[in-house]
Amino acid sequence: MQDFVQLWVYLSATPLFGLTATLVTYVLAQAFYHQMQQAPWANPVLWTVLTLALLLWVSHTPYPTYFSGAQFIHFLLGPAVVSLAWPLWQRRTQLVDRFRPLLVAALVGGTTAGGSAVLIAWALGLPPSLLRSLAPKSVTAPVAMGIAEQLGGVPALAAVFAVLTGLVGAISAKYLFDALGPFTPCERGFALGVSAHGIGAARAMQVHPDAGAYAALALGMQVILSSLLIPLIARLF
Amino acid sequence: MITLTGLAWLLIFQSLGEVLTRLLHLRLPGPVIGLLLLVAALRLERVRAPVGAAAEVLLSHFSLLFVPVGVGVITHLDLLAQYGLRLLVVLLLSTWLGLIVTALVLRRLLRGGQGEDPAA
Repeated sequence: MQDFVQLWVYLSATPLFGLTATLVTYVLAQAFYHQMQQAPWANPVLWTVLTLALLLWVSHTPYPTYFSGAQFIHFLLGPAVVSLAWPLWQRRTQLVDRFRPLLVAALVGGTTAGGSAVLIAWALGLPPSLLRSLAPKSVTAPVAMGIAEQLGGVPALAAVFAVLTGLVGAISAKYLFDALGPFTPCERGFALGVSAHGIGAARAMQVHPDAGAYAALALGMQVILSSLLIPLIARLF
Repeated sequence: MITLTGLAWLLIFQSLGEVLTRLLHLRLPGPVIGLLLLVAALRLERVRAPVGAAAEVLLSHFSLLFVPVGVGVITHLDLLAQYGLRLLVVLLLSTWLGLIVTALVLRRLLRGGQGEDPAA
């Protein structure tokens, strides 16, 4: 038993632990998601995050220890943002043909998502540091962190809000669109990319090819527009 | 191998973006500059094929990449205890508003443009 404890203490402190735990949990959550016919509530990111958070809490593992391994996955967010050039390039004819409608929808929708978050939070009496971290919540995590830093928010918190926003979108969008009905896969996908960034777009890609294409397009546009506009708008206040 | 070459290109463009944004004091994050440069560079065949392969791999597992940051929620438990319910309201309402407004605007603009000629 003593040996076992020592072994755990050793292993849990190496980067191997965070990386293995993340990948294994995600693969299991993905299998569960497919078992459940990709039901929105079975979202793999949701269950992976919950399981890992519980695991760290139960085993008293500090987050930095976990992150020393998980950072190898986290790092890939940068190249993944760069790789959004690919869906933009692939759909360049649609992008050019429908440039105005898409641009207007991305601008109006993105402003609504970020603006309403700040307004509602302000109305509910949340402190300014939280407001600054909430503003970029509909932007994909790594970019949201950069924007929050410029705004004087807390980057790590902004990233958590971005992930939670993505989860809300990925889990509830289907029910919302079905209830307010009829929306085409293109409209659904684009809205998910604008309002629920990478996690919403990932859901759209799994559900329908058109929805996925428009979600990726929205994601690329959203990243560019928000990193240009949010700091400009924030300077007005 | 083609995927690895693509990943190398992505990293090169990300690095270029980081260098440019710091040298020129731009307000855009490095990866976003890299994205813009790469869109232009995708005209070149030798960049396009490998980047396409790497992008397909990265983007098809995009949601995995958010897990490490998501687990970071445990470092903000005090904040959640204090403001959790209000934050939940904010996140739910603003995300739903964003989804609905985007979809409605897009539907209106796309169908409005096409709906004129058939005269239903």
